[in-house]
Amino acid sequence: MLKLMRSALAGAAMTCAFVSGAGAQEPLRAEVMHWWTSGGEAAAVKVFADAYTKAGGTWVDSAVAGGQNLRAAAINRIVGGNPPTSSQFNTGRQFDDLVGQGLLIDLDAVASENKWSDAIPGPIVEAASRDGKFYAVPVNIHGQNWMFFNAEAFKNAGIAEAPKTFDEFFAAMDKLKAAGLTPIAWGGQPWQEALVFDAVLLGQGGKELFFKVYRDKDAEAIQSDDFKRVAETFHRMRDYVDAGAPGRNWNDATAMVITGKAGVQIMGDWAKGDFIAAGMTPGEQAGCALVPGNNGYVMGGDVFVFPKLGDAPTQGQALLAKTMLDPEVQIAFNKVKGSIPVRTDVDTSSMDACAQEGAALVKDEANQVPSVNFLVSADTVGALQDTITSYFNDASATPEDFAANFADVMSAAD
Amino acid sequence: MATRIRRSAAPVVALTPSILIVLLAYVGTMLWTIWISFTSSRLLPVNSFAGSAQYERLFGDPRWLLAVQNLALFGVLFIGICLVLGFLLAVAIDQRVRAEDSLRTIFLYPHALSFIVTGLVWQWMMNPTLGIQESIQALGWTSFRFDWVVRRDMAIYAVVIAGVWQSAGLVMALMLAGLRGVDEELWKAARVDGIPTWRVYVSIVLPLLKPMIVTSVVLLSIAVVKVYDLVVALTNGGPGTATAVPAKFVMDYLFERQNIGLAASASTVMLVTVLCVLAPWLYSEYFRKAKGSAA
Repeated sequence: MLKLMRSALAGAAMTCAFVSGAGAQEPLRAEVMHWWTSGGEAAAVKVFADAYTKAGGTWVDSAVAGGQNLRAAAINRIVGGNPPTSSQFNTGRQFDDLVGQGLLIDLDAVASENKWSDAIPGPIVEAASRDGKFYAVPVNIHGQNWMFFNAEAFKNAGIAEAPKTFDEFFAAMDKLKAAGLTPIAWGGQPWQEALVFDAVLLGQGGKELFFKVYRDKDAEAIQSDDFKRVAETFHRMRDYVDAGAPGRNWNDATAMVITGKAGVQIMGDWAKGDFIAAGMTPGEQAGCALVPGNNGYVMGGDVFVFPKLGDAPTQGQALLAKTMLDPEVQIAFNKVKGSIPVRTDVDTSSMDACAQEGAALVKDEANQVPSVNFLVSADTVGALQDTITSYFNDASATPEDFAANFADVMSAAD
Repeated sequence: MATRIRRSAAPVVALTPSILIVLLAYVGTMLWTIWISFTSSRLLPVNSFAGSAQYERLFGDPRWLLAVQNLALFGVLFIGICLVLGFLLAVAIDQRVRAEDSLRTIFLYPHALSFIVTGLVWQWMMNPTLGIQESIQALGWTSFRFDWVVRRDMAIYAVVIAGVWQSAGLVMALMLAGLRGVDEELWKAARVDGIPTWRVYVSIVLPLLKPMIVTSVVLLSIAVVKVYDLVVALTNGGPGTATAVPAKFVMDYLFERQNIGLAASASTVMLVTVLCVLAPWLYSEYFRKAKGSAA
């Protein structure tokens, strides 16, 4: 009893010491806000935390589940004058306004010292910079035009290898259908449908059309026959989707592929985590290939921004930024996260087969395709999702109407 | 005159804090929202005047127009069915049935759940690959179809079903209280005159229940205007944008889509609509009558 009391008191004393210690402003104390709360994600963020602690800092974890919720919480704190040391966003234009209002610190000193621009693919550098200065630390590249398939289901249905063209793709889907499976595990949520559409736009339309549509907002390109063909191909996938698709979460769709109920899922590489958790090795039982057609790697990902706490990044902010982009940390982090390192100068031979393929692709500038989030505002991304999901879910919709609606949205885009 | 002012000063002083809070917290934020709807605010509120640009965009947005249509359709069906069903349930229970207490609890119980739970449960039940359709097909009736929730043209009715399931019990409770307040003498008189029971309900009891009906309509209307959680849990606005509702439009643009200006203009339209619909009606229901009786 006495012993128990003593340990309880010791515990209380230590808590007090911790609280008072945290209260004093340590220069290397970093409060990091992020939305990585699921099992694999939490393990990934721990890589950052451990590396930062090893570098001499104190990591204070401040996680909120759900990207949208976390961003709202972070923005409230930044605007309200109680900013964290750093907070997560998606790579792209989500933090435009924060930079515009002068609420973020530029990291140019850290960036040039560590030569980030040399190691990071151009589109990502652009997405993390405003007016030529780094305002965010990109930490990973998530490929968004992957096709994951159940290798055994493919074999049983008589599909020798992953389809390389859309003709082969639909032939393979027919075989899966004949074998009694749901060919495509479809997650019927607007963002997932838009993700598939973008993959088809790149695959069938090619990189040039992709850029004309999303970067140049070229109305003629959107009304072109090439675009309408893309729309047709996308709409054709309806025939290979089950009735329960509307509203389905991506991980539920992944589970359909894992259990062999469905053949293939078109999704970002975060789906790998679920395959691994189910004991399927990416590249073996869980096959991976890019969406057929013209090659290119649609790059999304996460960044950390650093609210302005002074005229220059604080010591903690600088150290944190440097740590996150350390080559070794990059490999360790992205292995757990399922993405590929944002640096192209690191050795990826210890990563899984799909990640290696992705990393090899990204090394070549010609394959670097920015996701739509880099090119247009969150507002436009949302309006596009509305258009794409309405089109896909309407059996009688025509490519012509879709192209017209799409052009409407892009004409108002910013 | 002076004493009258002094006498009325005490309540004024006592009420001032709450009046200030109401003005600041309710009217103030309302006015601020209306102002923001005329600016070009995106992620953060800014004060750059943009005229009616947000409203022009709002009424050019097919999803918003669909949301308004859906709300009207949902509102009429939801309120109508809830009233009819609630009244019938109340009448049934009013027949002094056995186990009245348990039945009342059972019918009222769904209202104790949040719309999120209702939405999720019905989502599972109506999902054609998991719920009712799948189980009945497994029993052998293979042509059975109940797939409203995944059909563009029917999904909004699926939302109505779940909403009615949740709220009909509340109407029943209100109506039952009203029915119990109907004078026994009326029934006796009607019986003496040989009037059929249904006729008594329609011509005598229903008019007596008017206050209950008004209360039910007001409560249900509020649920209609702010319907958000039910749709999010049941269909998340899908398939496609088929079950879009104004509240979800506002929430999407407020957060995920980072366009506070557009979200504010949409909420302003909602506010104005509610005021336009409710104000004259409430006025005629309560104030004019009060004035009339006072005179």
